[in-house]
Amino acid sequence: MPSRSASNIRLADQCFSVLIMACAAFVTITLIWVLGDIVIKGASHITWSFITSEPSDAGRSGGIGTILVSTLLILCVALGAAIPIGLGVAVWLSEFTVQHSRFSNTVGTTLDVLAGIPSIVYGLFGNAFFSLYLGLGFSILSGGLTLACMILPIFIRTCESGLSAVNNDWRKGAQALGMSRSAAIWHVLLPAAAPAIIAGLILGIGRATAETAALIFTSGYVDRMPGSLLDSGRALAVHIYDLSMNVTGGDNAAYASAFVLITLIILLNTTAQSLIDRWFSQRIYAS
Amino acid sequence: MTMQPHSPTFTLGQIEQGPPCCEPIPHLSIKGLSVRYGAQTVLDEVSLDIYKGCITALIGPSGCGKTSFLSTLNKMTDAISHAHVTGSIHFDNNNILDAQTNVLQLRRRIGMIFQKPNPFPLSIERNLELPLKEHGIKSRKVRKEKIEKALRDVGLWHEVSDRLNTSALALSGGQQQRLCIARAIILEPEILLMDEPCSALDPISSGIVEDLIIRLRGDYTVIIVTHNLAQAKRVANYAAFFWMKERVGKLIEFGQCQHLFDTPQHELTAAYISGAKG
Repeated sequence: MPSRSASNIRLADQCFSVLIMACAAFVTITLIWVLGDIVIKGASHITWSFITSEPSDAGRSGGIGTILVSTLLILCVALGAAIPIGLGVAVWLSEFTVQHSRFSNTVGTTLDVLAGIPSIVYGLFGNAFFSLYLGLGFSILSGGLTLACMILPIFIRTCESGLSAVNNDWRKGAQALGMSRSAAIWHVLLPAAAPAIIAGLILGIGRATAETAALIFTSGYVDRMPGSLLDSGRALAVHIYDLSMNVTGGDNAAYASAFVLITLIILLNTTAQSLIDRWFSQRIYAS
Repeated sequence: MTMQPHSPTFTLGQIEQGPPCCEPIPHLSIKGLSVRYGAQTVLDEVSLDIYKGCITALIGPSGCGKTSFLSTLNKMTDAISHAHVTGSIHFDNNNILDAQTNVLQLRRRIGMIFQKPNPFPLSIERNLELPLKEHGIKSRKVRKEKIEKALRDVGLWHEVSDRLNTSALALSGGQQQRLCIARAIILEPEILLMDEPCSALDPISSGIVEDLIIRLRGDYTVIIVTHNLAQAKRVANYAAFFWMKERVGKLIEFGQCQHLFDTPQHELTAAYISGAKG
């Protein structure tokens, strides 16, 4: 076999470098393009009254105040349900089942399949189960619970892999000190897995805040101020969808709403991160 | 601040070396102890007494069941689903291996130090506080006192007293291991099990930890697994030599450390300590 010359190898190396740099550039440029488009077309319409007032004329004028409130309420319901259940299942999977047993593998595969299901299917499920079967109707509660179902699989998987990656020496150390299993989990393992939990939560918040399809059939379209969790409320993503698809002349408001949505997601993520950081550092350092 | 854990100014704390253990009072009485993992027997019919206040070294080649032996003594083998332990270990007139043994209480009385230092990824103070809280010491003041005493005992106090709230993982390996020893003795155990506590440390840190172990003699009954024969000779009062016969670990010889090294009774022991085997 003829040996390849050094210059040939160098050329192949250079081609490869250029190729992967092009991929990275493509992703970055796409992201900047999308964000730039929204900022340029949306930012100029942002005023204080836009953020606080009720929409009027099907959203063409007025603001998004009530929609922001509905969005945040839906998100609170979703996270309030998903975080405790998700952490519980993750702890159970990583600490109470035999790793790689048939049962835990089955649960793991199920979660992976659930994580890949399109959100519209969650929407139909939420409509059938929460809205109709449980009688919650088109409401913030059924929307939030549907979103919780949607973000649970990925949240559980991230937390579980974080917990499984925790150094086993710490488990043995806690055992050898006569610490109960629950104390070891609560005081040692969960704080050690904090980065993974934060990552899972950020993924969840991102998906839940940006969700449209799962909410159309569950929390509905009503753009009035919700009086309770049992009222219908329109989420920001649904509002954007409605403005750009169904309302002629709603483009400006749609861009402005998209701008608010992206800002909201960034804000929520940084807040969640700093809150959890603070909470865990209390567990880690405070006495 | 630059820490110099190995500086010559290093002083150990207040633990006073206990009385020499010339009177062998059994603290643990082990009879016919066998350990199986699934179908594989790793330790076969081991019987010996561990004497109170003494340091007993377990020596022998890798894989001869020393660590398995050690982890039966505080029932760490319980966590291994396919481990099967038979025989008896008498401690305070109770057989540790009985199913009704309160494992959490047992581990408070029999502490363990691992080969790799394993401080929790928490602050130095919280590492010591957690076990105290777990075992019901509610008063913050008492906990603070105990933490200071334990850190003084292992010679860490003057090195870390100004940064108790920083992460324990930022300490050097030797400091981490001393912190782990402090975390074990803060519960005032009677027996300390040590699984090669110096083997992951550099020679100087290892020397410091070894000095500390010698200071524990008298106050604590120490059982130490070591591959370092010179260390066994330096620290131990008693030595137990394990060997593997047909892939099954067996106790070959047990006796006073000096006797075992100077006048071994068994030819395997003689070959192992002279370096001809193992």
